[in-house]
Amino acid sequence: MPNWAHANKRYCKRCTNNMNKSSHALLALLSRYANIWRLLITVLVLLSLWQAIVTLFAMPPFILPPPLLVFEKLLENYSLLFHHAMITLSEIVLGLILGVSMGLLFALQMLLFKPVRRWLLPVLIASQAIPVFALAPILMLWFGYGMTSKVVMAALIIFFPITTTCFDGLRHTPPGYLDLAHTMGANRWRTLWHIRFPAALPTLASGIRVAVVVAPIGAVVGEWVGSSGGLGYLMLQSNARMQIADMFSALIVLAVFSIGLYYLTDSLLKRFIPWHRELASR
Amino acid sequence: MAQYNISLPSNIMTDIQISHASLHYENAAQPIFSDLDLHLPAGQWTCLLGASGCGKTSLLRLLAGLIEPQHQMSAQICCSDGLSIDNRIAYMAQQDLLLPWLNVLDNICLKAKLYSGQVTASQYQKARTLLAQLNLSGIEKSLPEQLSGGMRQRVALARTLMQDTPIVLMDEPFSALDAVNRYKLQALAADVLQDRTVLFITHDPQEALRLADQLYIFDANQQLEALPLPSSVPPRAINAELGACQQALLQKMHKQYE
Repeated sequence: MPNWAHANKRYCKRCTNNMNKSSHALLALLSRYANIWRLLITVLVLLSLWQAIVTLFAMPPFILPPPLLVFEKLLENYSLLFHHAMITLSEIVLGLILGVSMGLLFALQMLLFKPVRRWLLPVLIASQAIPVFALAPILMLWFGYGMTSKVVMAALIIFFPITTTCFDGLRHTPPGYLDLAHTMGANRWRTLWHIRFPAALPTLASGIRVAVVVAPIGAVVGEWVGSSGGLGYLMLQSNARMQIADMFSALIVLAVFSIGLYYLTDSLLKRFIPWHRELASR
Repeated sequence: MAQYNISLPSNIMTDIQISHASLHYENAAQPIFSDLDLHLPAGQWTCLLGASGCGKTSLLRLLAGLIEPQHQMSAQICCSDGLSIDNRIAYMAQQDLLLPWLNVLDNICLKAKLYSGQVTASQYQKARTLLAQLNLSGIEKSLPEQLSGGMRQRVALARTLMQDTPIVLMDEPFSALDAVNRYKLQALAADVLQDRTVLFITHDPQEALRLADQLYIFDANQQLEALPLPSSVPPRAINAELGACQQALLQKMHKQYE
C-alpha cells in the first residue's frame, strides 16, 4: 500500500511551508498540464508577433492579412475548409500507408537477398538525386487529376526515409540477441520475426516520424500541379483570386492537421514501442 | 521433427572433448589459437581464465557455434554420449540479453518461442516455478527495463535454466554486476547449475577460484594450463586458502601481462 501522507510530504518539497493549500493546488495544476500551457503560450506569442508585423509595417491585407481576419475567414468557410482538409488528409494517410508498406517490403528484400541489396541500394540512392517535385507533372499524366497521383506523390517522397531507416534497423540488431537466438536453435524466419524486426522498430519509428512530416509536402505539391480538391487546390484558387486571407486560413488548417498528425503518430509510437531507450544503451 | 519437449534429458550428463581446435580470424595476422585441446568433464564447472583478447571468449563461441563462416576454424567436438552438441547448449553472456519488448515471463520462455514458434501453458507454468525458485516471484509481467542489474541477470539465469540443456556456456556473466550481487549470483548459479557441464569464462581470478571444478589459464603460447584449486567444494567461501591461491594466480597473470 502506498503511503499517501508520505507522498504528499514529498510533493511539498517544491513549495515553502508557508504556502497555503490553494496555491499548492494551482502549482500542481500548472505542472500537470505544462505541455498544454507551453503550446498555448507559443501560439499566443506567434500570433502577437504576426499582428505586430502587420501593424508595424502597415501590411495591406492582400500581402499579409491580420490574424483576426484569417480567423474570421476560418469560421466563415468552415465547411468548405473541412471538406478540402479531409481530401488532403486522406491523401496524406493513404500515401503514408502505401509508402510505409513499400518501404518495409523493400527493406526486407534487401535484408534477405544480397543481390537485391547490391543492385537496388545504389539505384535507390541515385533516385534521390531526382527532385520528386519534378516528377509531379508526370505522375499527373499517368495517374490523373484525382487522388491517386497525390497519394503516389506522398508515398514516393516518404519511400526513401522509410526504406533506409527500416533497413538500417534490421541490419543493426544487437549482435548479442542474434547470438542468443542462434544458440536457441532459431531459424532465419523466427529470428527475423521475433528478434530482428522488434529490434528494428525504434529505428523505423524515427523514419515514420520523418515520413509523417514530409508526406503532406508530397500531397500538397501534387494538388498544386493539378487537382480539383484539397487544401493545396484551395490555396491556389484563393491565391489566384487575391483572397489572401482565405489562403492563409487554408494554410493554418493544413499546419494544424500536419502537426496533429505528427503528435498523434509520435505518441502512438512511444506508447507501442517503448523500448527505444533500452536499445539505445546497447 | 518431434515436438519440443521441455523435459530434455538434462539428467544425462555428458563429457565434452574438444580436440585440435584452431581459429584464425579473417584479416588477422595471427591465429587466435591452434591445435588446442580441452576436456570438459560431465556435470562439472570448467573455468577458463585469461587476459582480455587471449582467445577464451573465442573458444566459447566456437563451442556455441557462433563463429561466422568467413573465419578459418577447425575443431573436433565430441560428446561422451555420442550425440551432437547442437541444440544442447545454453548461452549466458555478460549482458543479460533480455529482450526489452518482452516481459520477464516471455523472456524466460524465449527458447520455446524461437524453437517451436509458441509457448505452451505448461512451459509458462514451469517458468513460473523457476522464477519462484530464484526468488523472482511477482515480476512475471515486468519489463526488463524496470529491473535492477542483479535482478536482470537472475532472470537471464532463469532463462538459461528454462532451456534445460546439459551444457551451459557462460561468458563472464557476472562481470557487469556490483560485488555483492556478483557474490550472490555466483553461489546461486553454482547451486542451480551443479549437474550441468559448464564452461565458464572469466577474467577474475577470485570468481574462477570460487566456482571451478577445473581451472585453466591461457598461457603465453595460447595453450591451456591447468591450475591447482582449493580443496573445498564450489561455491567456495572466500577464506585464507582461496586468498592464497588468488595471490599466486594474480602473480602468475601479472607476469603474463608483461
